[in-house]
Amino acid sequence: MTINNIWVFAQGTNGVATTGTLELLTKARSLSGKVTAFVGGDASGFAASLGEHGATKVYATGDLAGKLPGVALSAAMKVIIDGGDSPDVIMFPQNYEGRDTMARLSVKLNRTVLTNNIDLADSTDGVVATTPIFGGNILVATAFSGPGPHLVSFRPKSFVAESASGGAPEIVAVAVPELGAQGGARVVATHTEQTTGPKLDEAAIVVSGGRGLGEAANYSLIEDLAKLLKGAPGASRAIVDAGWVPYSYQVGQTGKVVKPSVYIAAGISGATQHMVGMKGSKSIIAINKDKEAPIFGIADLGIVGDVHKVLPKLIEALKSRS
Amino acid sequence: MNIIVCVKQIPDPASPGALDASTHALKREGKLILDESDAYGVEMALQLVATAGGGEVNIISMAPNGETSGMRTALAMGAAKGLLVSDPALAGSDALTTAKVLAASVTKLGGADLIITGTESSDGYTGTVPEQIAEVLGLPSVTFAKKVKVEGSVLKVDRQSESGYDEVECTLPAVISVTAGVVEPRYPSFKGIMDAKKKPLDVVTASDLAVTPAGWDAAGQKIVNVTQAEARKAGEVIEDDGEAFGKIVAFLENLKLI
Repeated sequence: MTINNIWVFAQGTNGVATTGTLELLTKARSLSGKVTAFVGGDASGFAASLGEHGATKVYATGDLAGKLPGVALSAAMKVIIDGGDSPDVIMFPQNYEGRDTMARLSVKLNRTVLTNNIDLADSTDGVVATTPIFGGNILVATAFSGPGPHLVSFRPKSFVAESASGGAPEIVAVAVPELGAQGGARVVATHTEQTTGPKLDEAAIVVSGGRGLGEAANYSLIEDLAKLLKGAPGASRAIVDAGWVPYSYQVGQTGKVVKPSVYIAAGISGATQHMVGMKGSKSIIAINKDKEAPIFGIADLGIVGDVHKVLPKLIEALKSRS
Repeated sequence: MNIIVCVKQIPDPASPGALDASTHALKREGKLILDESDAYGVEMALQLVATAGGGEVNIISMAPNGETSGMRTALAMGAAKGLLVSDPALAGSDALTTAKVLAASVTKLGGADLIITGTESSDGYTGTVPEQIAEVLGLPSVTFAKKVKVEGSVLKVDRQSESGYDEVECTLPAVISVTAGVVEPRYPSFKGIMDAKKKPLDVVTASDLAVTPAGWDAAGQKIVNVTQAEARKAGEVIEDDGEAFGKIVAFLENLKLI
């Protein structure tokens, strides 16, 4: 057993641990009995749930007062590591703050990083992370060949969060040291997009639109269908880049990873980087007028047809049922 | 205002990727082009320098085989000069080594008020290099900038977040990574393309920068296995005869979702 001590970069929103955090903790506890959560902010609201999912200790910096987490947390982590608590592995979520913190820490510790992973194992080759490449068709397993701490980040929904009825963890306050010039960035205002309905990466049904919709105004078909099905609307990168919908709607390699019960792709051809974000869906329905579209290769039900004809009829049919 | 843009030159994304049979590294032998995500960075830099009323945009890249075609594209857009680091000893470099090389290149060019990169490359998508460069240089950074403005010596950025965006203020000098769509990249004019051929483009090696190359083993990573993932199979594909919507309704009913 080479993994005796794991840290998990942990986050909470509005005093609740993020699902991503609980996913990583669940995996961490399967690899080691000593799991520590590292929180940039105030952990008091969700420390219990971190404990329930396997954390025996929580380091928390307290409110960061506008400092960017990447630079603050990496500095705080370095102090703890230099002080003697040096973990074998540090697991990060593949999101803005997780990746930034991991990046700065890698320089401070002079350690390589392995990103975009979907699994971690303690094997005869050492600590091995697995990443999907070429649209998920090939899996590459890479071992850390040097000394720890091993820095590794994971795509969302790589693991399933499961409570383990662990007790309350020990909470240790950590200070963010003086950051000097590196601390020159400050958050001065936060803007939250108002969305109704379920969150895109948690919805049981996702209805996504792509360039095949023709123009921005036609995205209303997607919104209407999503609402009728009590699902969330999503988008391909093409229409986000074109400005039809905000980035938070994007599904794919550089957008959200979704695993709904049903994913309906309308007017989406199925570029590799899009499929990476949704091919884990339980069932996929695709509507596209091009029968060679790659999306049909992974759809359980594929309709070769015009979205401008199929969607309105589908919406009509669903409306007359309710 | 002087800006350095770090760009990556990658295999054309339209052609399928391939792994080298022995090293399992991504093959980078054919023609390399400017990564689309970097076109946004170059454009952002040109606009900021224009708004500031003067200054230069310089381009840095690390690539195998002395590749410069992607950098010439950036020069054709209006950048002033380029510095390429090309060295067989750097083959198989990890993100950390790449960041050290790019940071050393920034220093070799005398630094800048702002260093711009994309958020992640379109072929490797590791996404840590921008922040690693900032750490090596001891600079503050703002990643995922979707709007950028310079007011005096303060950088004002709208930074993308999980739930929307944050307004961030940052002292200069700094490193930023920009999102796709932050600006509309200009197409190089014919004159730009001709001028680019004459613009200075120096090529250096790792030892010129006093960086110790770290290939796979020294970097601390070793690929142990490459396997085919279980493929998802296609189901029923039908042509719409006007009634296909009914199939979708039946499909959803079957799953008890409606």
